[in-house]
Amino acid sequence: MNETIRELLTRVGGLPVAVTELEDGADLYAAGLSSFASVQLMLGLEEAFDIEFPDSLLNRKSFASIAAIEQTVSHILKAREAA
Amino acid sequence: MSLPAFAADMSLSARAHRVATVAAEFADRVDHDGRFPREAVDAMKAERLIGIQIPAAFGGEGASITEIAEVCSILGQACAASAMVFAMHQIKVSSLVEHGGDSEWHRDFMRELAGRQLLVASATTEGGIGGNMRNSICAIEVDGDVCRLTKDATVISYGAHADAIMVTSRSNDKAAPTDQVMTVFKQGQYTLQKTVDWDTLGMRGTCSDGFLFRGEAPSVQIFPKPFAEIAAQSMLATSHLLWSAVWYGIAADAVLRAQAFVRAAARKAGGTQPPGALRLAEASNLLQLLKAGILSGLRIYADAKADHDQLSSMAFSIAMNNVKLASSETILTIINQAMIICGIMGYKNGTPYSLGRHLRDAHSAQLMISNDRILGNTSTMLLVQKPDTSLLG
Ligand SMILES: Cc1cc2nc3c(=O)[nH]c(=O)nc-3n(C[C@H](O)[C@H](O)[C@H](O)COP(=O)(O)OP(=O)(O)OC[C@H]3O[C@@H](n4cnc5c(N)ncnc54)[C@H](O)[C@@H]3O)c2cc1C
Repeated sequence: MNETIRELLTRVGGLPVAVTELEDGADLYAAGLSSFASVQLMLGLEEAFDIEFPDSLLNRKSFASIAAIEQTVSHILKAREAA
Repeated sequence: MSLPAFAADMSLSARAHRVATVAAEFADRVDHDGRFPREAVDAMKAERLIGIQIPAAFGGEGASITEIAEVCSILGQACAASAMVFAMHQIKVSSLVEHGGDSEWHRDFMRELAGRQLLVASATTEGGIGGNMRNSICAIEVDGDVCRLTKDATVISYGAHADAIMVTSRSNDKAAPTDQVMTVFKQGQYTLQKTVDWDTLGMRGTCSDGFLFRGEAPSVQIFPKPFAEIAAQSMLATSHLLWSAVWYGIAADAVLRAQAFVRAAARKAGGTQPPGALRLAEASNLLQLLKAGILSGLRIYADAKADHDQLSSMAFSIAMNNVKLASSETILTIINQAMIICGIMGYKNGTPYSLGRHLRDAHSAQLMISNDRILGNTSTMLLVQKPDTSLLG
C-alpha cells in the first residue's frame, strides 16, 4: 500500500521535492501539496483501492502524511471486510 | 431622578446603532473623497466594539460570530466601507481568538487589543499571486528571537490607519509556497511604502492601498500554528460570513429606499398600485433568500466550531463558499431591482433614494477573493465530496 501511495503522490502530487525523500510521517501540506493535488490524490486512491472516502474522512488530517493516508485507507478496507 | 434614567442602552445592537448613526452621516463624504471613515471607527472604539470578540478572560466580551455578523449588518446599512473595515478587523481577531490562545504573546496581545481598542489590518494578497491566499512568495526570516519580513502587499485595507497588521508568508526561505505562517506586526514594528493607490469604483473608504511592507519583530509574534489551519478553521468561514453580513446590510438598505419610494408613490397615486410595487415584492423575496442563506451559514459555523474535524472538512468549506457566492451575486440583483424601482431618483446622487453608492460598493463582493476562483475550488472538492441531501442536516 505504501508503494502505491508513493507512486500516486509522484504522479499527481506536484510536489517540489522527490517523494522518495519524504518520510512516512512528513507533513505533505508543508511539502507543498496543494488542495487541487490532494483531491487528485484522493481520486487516484479511490481508483487504486476500489474504495470511496466517506465525507467524515475528507479532511486535511486524513491526508496529512503518507502514514495518515495508509491509516485512512486501511480503516476503510477494514470497515468493508467487517461489513 | 434615578441613575439608570441617564444610562445609555449598552446592548450590542444599541451600541452598533449609535455607531451606524455616525457612519451614515459621513458615508457620502467618505465615498466621494475616498477617505478613511475616521468618525465611524472612532465611534466603534468609543462604544468598545473593536474588542467585543476577545474572550472576557482577556478583557473582551466573548461575542460570537453570529453577534458580530449582526453588528456588520447594522453598520452595512449605514456605510458599507465602515462596515467592511469592522468586518475585516473582526476576521483577523477571529484568528487571534481561535489560534492564539496557546501562546503567551498572543494572549497578551488580546488583552492589549481589548484594552486599547486596537484596529488590526490584513496582508494576505501579494504581488505575483493575487487572491490565492494559500500561497506566498515572500518568506519570513527567523534570526534567533527576531523575525524579519518584506512583502509586496498589493492590497491592505486601512493599512495606513491600522494599529497592527497580520501578514502571511512562507515559513522560511526554503519552504514550499503553501507552507505558510501568519505574523502579527504592531505599529512601530513596520514601515509601509505606498506602491498602489486605491482609487476604485466602490468601497472607496476602505483605503485599500498597496504597500511594500517591511517588518521586524520578536519571533514569538509568529502564530504557533501553520497558516493552512488558521485559514481553514477561522479565516475562511469568518470572511465569508462577515462579508456576507455587510453585503446583506447594503442590500437591505437599498430595499428600504425602494420601499420608501413605492410608498410615497402609492400615497400620491390615490388607490392605484404604483408601477414599482411588484418589483419591490420580488426584491423582498430575494432579500429573504439572502438572509436565510447567511443565517444557515452562521448556524453551520456555530455547529462546526465544536468539532475541529468538521471545521476542516470539505463539506464545511463548500457550505461557506456557497454562502459567499450566493450573497455576492444576489445583492447585485437586489440593488439593481431597487434602482429600477426608484428610477432616476435612485440613479442621481444626493436624493433620499440614491443607490449609486450601494451599487458601486456591492460590485466589490464578487472580486473579494474572485468568485471564479472560489467556484474553481468548490468544483475540485465536488470531485470527491458526497453531499448530504437531507433537509435538516
Ligand atoms: C474592498 C476590498 C478590500 C480588500 N482588502 C484586502 C486586505 O485588507 N488585505 C488583503 O490581503 N487583500 C485584500 N483584498 C484583496 C482580495 O481579497 C483579493 O485577494 C483580490 O481582490 C484578488 O485580486 P485579483 O482579482 O487581482 O486576483 P486573482 O484572484 O488572482 O484574480 C484575477 C482574475 O483571474 C481570475 N482567476 C484567477 N485565478 C483563478 C482560478 N484559480 N480560477 C478561476 N479564475 C481565476 C479571476 O476571475 C480574476 O478575474 C481586498 C479586496 C477588496 C475588493
